[in-house]
Amino acid sequence: MNGTAPLDTAVGPRNPPFFKMERKFGFGSGWVISTLLIAVLVGAPVAFILGHVFVSSGDIWGHLAQTVLPLYIVNSIFLMIGVGACVMVGGVGTAWLVTMCRFPGRNTLEWALLLPMAMPAYVVAYTYTGLLDFSGPVQTLLRDVFGWSSSRDYWFPEIRSLGGAIAVMSLVLYPYVYLLARSAFMEQSVCVLEASRTLGRGPWSGFFKVALPLARPSIAAGTALALMETLNDFGTVHYFAVDTFTTGIYRTWLGLGEPAVASQLGAVLLLFVLALVIIERISRGVARFHHTTSRYRHLPGYQLSGWRCLTAQLFSFSGLFFGFVLPAMILAWWSLRYSVLNFDFLPIVRNSFLLALVAALAAVSVGVVMAYAQRLSPSPITRSAVRLASLGYAIPGSVIAVGTMAPLAMIDNIVATFVSEHFGVNVGLLLTGSIAALVYAYLVRFLAVSFNGIEASLGKVTHSMEAASRTLGQGAFGTLRRVHIPLIRGSLLTAGLLVFVDVMKELPATLIMRPFNFDTLAVRTFSLASDERLMEAAAPALVIVLVGLLPVILLSYAVAKSRPGGKS
Amino acid sequence: MNKISTKPVPALCGPGPHCSFNPHGGCAADPDRMSPCPPGSACLIMDSVSCAYGENRVVDDVFFAVRPGELLCLLGPSGCGKTTTLRMAAGLEKPVEGRILLNGQLVGGQGVHVPPENRNVGFLFQDYALFPHLNILDNVAFGILNKPKAERRDRAIEMLRQVGMDKFADGWPHQLSGGQMQRVALARALAPQPMLMLLDEPFSGLDKRLRDQIRDETLHVLKSSGVCVLMVTHDPEEAMFMADRIAIMRGGRIIQIGEPEELYRRPASSFVASFFGEVNRLSVRVMDGEALSPFGSFPAPGFKDDEVVDLVIRPEAVSLELDDDGIATVLVSHMLGRSNLIHMRIDSDHAPPLHLHARTTGSLPHIEGARISVTIDRSQVHVYAREDQVDPDPVPEDVPAPPANVGNFC
Repeated sequence: MNGTAPLDTAVGPRNPPFFKMERKFGFGSGWVISTLLIAVLVGAPVAFILGHVFVSSGDIWGHLAQTVLPLYIVNSIFLMIGVGACVMVGGVGTAWLVTMCRFPGRNTLEWALLLPMAMPAYVVAYTYTGLLDFSGPVQTLLRDVFGWSSSRDYWFPEIRSLGGAIAVMSLVLYPYVYLLARSAFMEQSVCVLEASRTLGRGPWSGFFKVALPLARPSIAAGTALALMETLNDFGTVHYFAVDTFTTGIYRTWLGLGEPAVASQLGAVLLLFVLALVIIERISRGVARFHHTTSRYRHLPGYQLSGWRCLTAQLFSFSGLFFGFVLPAMILAWWSLRYSVLNFDFLPIVRNSFLLALVAALAAVSVGVVMAYAQRLSPSPITRSAVRLASLGYAIPGSVIAVGTMAPLAMIDNIVATFVSEHFGVNVGLLLTGSIAALVYAYLVRFLAVSFNGIEASLGKVTHSMEAASRTLGQGAFGTLRRVHIPLIRGSLLTAGLLVFVDVMKELPATLIMRPFNFDTLAVRTFSLASDERLMEAAAPALVIVLVGLLPVILLSYAVAKSRPGGKS
Repeated sequence: MNKISTKPVPALCGPGPHCSFNPHGGCAADPDRMSPCPPGSACLIMDSVSCAYGENRVVDDVFFAVRPGELLCLLGPSGCGKTTTLRMAAGLEKPVEGRILLNGQLVGGQGVHVPPENRNVGFLFQDYALFPHLNILDNVAFGILNKPKAERRDRAIEMLRQVGMDKFADGWPHQLSGGQMQRVALARALAPQPMLMLLDEPFSGLDKRLRDQIRDETLHVLKSSGVCVLMVTHDPEEAMFMADRIAIMRGGRIIQIGEPEELYRRPASSFVASFFGEVNRLSVRVMDGEALSPFGSFPAPGFKDDEVVDLVIRPEAVSLELDDDGIATVLVSHMLGRSNLIHMRIDSDHAPPLHLHARTTGSLPHIEGARISVTIDRSQVHVYAREDQVDPDPVPEDVPAPPANVGNFC
């Protein structure tokens, strides 16, 4: 290089060399304080619910405990057992077939098996009811063919039952298990399987004795997620008249007008959730010990032929067909045939999109603050605050609704009284009367969805990148704005999209908390279906499904790309 | 001979308004200097600094100073705390004890922490840490703040020209080779005109041939800019090539600090001696203040009789002569390019045989099996208290990235 430095570029100190001292509560503590605040806000509804356990609610609780509570508990437990068993068999079976076996259609199935995730359970419930109930095409056809005239002449399974609810939920929830089991199978070193082959184990034995035990943590985690969704479900069980906690909360809140009792029901429901969270956490904790090697080999690819191939295809395609293809076709048919887009459809779409957009923006911004605060100061305090704030995904929407609505209504009333007393102006209900309360509830429920994605991608930005920006004169906020955000833009979009779709689908919280006369697609679908106007419900349901397809396509794309054992 | 952390009197800087810390003279960075530092120069003082992650004390009571315009090198095996020391100087870690002074001003310790963005230091990272979302020019201009756009651009271009990368200004980091990335990173770090440059294993990502060239260029750019530099490396050769002074670190402490020649000629411990190249280390007994060896006795002041000490002899201090009555037998002799390495065995009646290496230059006759006599250059023999350590690996594996914890970022 040149030994003679030109004077004007000679590097000397900037003048004056006096440093800005760090303020007592500088940027860093600002981030941490924000995170603590977020944790408090997100934790508040749950705290409120739990606080109500000790509030006496008089006779009503006793009345409930004698009449419906046992029913709620029994129904919820049966629902969990049924859905749990079905999603495990379906999810693990399809994951194993798709990952380890070779048969025609496997490559398509690998991503297409995720498609049922785009279907809200209640939408599937409506379509199958329309298809299978007494006046539906199936039974009509049977009656025509065999000449039966009334339901006394023959037996047909009743779709609107506990069994029906289990079937419907399993159809849309098995992808959770499929996704996690599949990645567990792919992460397993094939060498382990080969070792089991050389030790005299066949493919079946290798599956049951080696692969399944190794994947058990992931399967448990996937099942726990599916069961959380089961507990969260309101639309299906309400429509099928299977009384569970969610319908009970809805009824006590809106029907009986007893928020305290609704909260207590919510608290009992939280016990179930807590058990699931513990199961999920424990299984994830165990999973860490299972990564023995990072070496990937070609997966064995058992070539299937003959009846084995046919069985595998039937098994895998049936989940896809009954969970997505058939309901989607029915929805499309109904939409085209019966529910012409009427004039009030557009405002509803606008409402849904507006809500989802606001909630997605809020969840992403808050998620960024949390993830960045955790990165800046990974102290135990921040970490537990982040933990707390991301627990919302486990809490059923109806519980969150009750937990947010009651305290917000209290605040609203205080504010309204205060303002009208002092200023003589009637401001109405500022929070609960607007979508603010609803967005807050969505934030509580879906913050974890955005946070997890943001945290993961932020973790991929090397720390020296951050240090480089800091030594080059950017503060914590400047670094976030000029380095991190541009680098993780893609993940921010994905996180926002996931929240967007979840909000579009969300039913119980929306139903309870929406402002008066404020309809969304999900609410409209629900109310039309409740009025037995299934065909008309198809159009809003179809919009939800179509929007819901976006993240599933993204996910499928990621799945198709992540094939460490494959040829790519 | 023994310069182990002899602390300068903690008077920190010459009198005058340039250094707010010491009204009464003496410069800690340069004890010989009583006059104020020249204008435009800067210095770094690490005053008894310690850093710990939980219970684990990674840097322990480290004291050193980088003089104005000087390039000081922290040298040590991986995990000795040198990178943490560097990160403390940058403000990326907080010291738990001691204080850090930059240009006479307290920037860390004693309850003060000036965040890295306000320290005006340049940091050259091991992985270069170029921003992948910015092009080369924007990368270099990133740290030039509070200037009009045109001026920032001119300054960035000028810096790129200095490192010979101006024609890549519109390119992107992923298009560059390792050496080019290193040059851009250097330009980026120097662009805001830092008072202090911190280099963290800046050449470890380059292959050998390129490394020598980039090292040379970097040294020229740094020296012509007059900035004071603190650099971290595990490669003694690199340290001697780059540094005005070297501080040897081990286990979080500074073992010895001095000019390269001093460290080589008068190492303070057998660890330092063996760090700068292969040595013969013999365990011998002390008698009457002398360490007894087959090649005679060497003064061993301060050791008790019958104490076992390490006698450290550099291979190039051993000269050989064919001699049928010699005490040694040649086992193997190899030509290693510029020098020859000769393995020999010295048998003795009352001790197990010794294995000794000698390094010679000139043509190498095939003398395997021959008897030789051995003469030792006494100035290159050192006696140390016995260390139970094995020889440090002079070039350890690539130093791992700094700890994921950047906890004290704000």
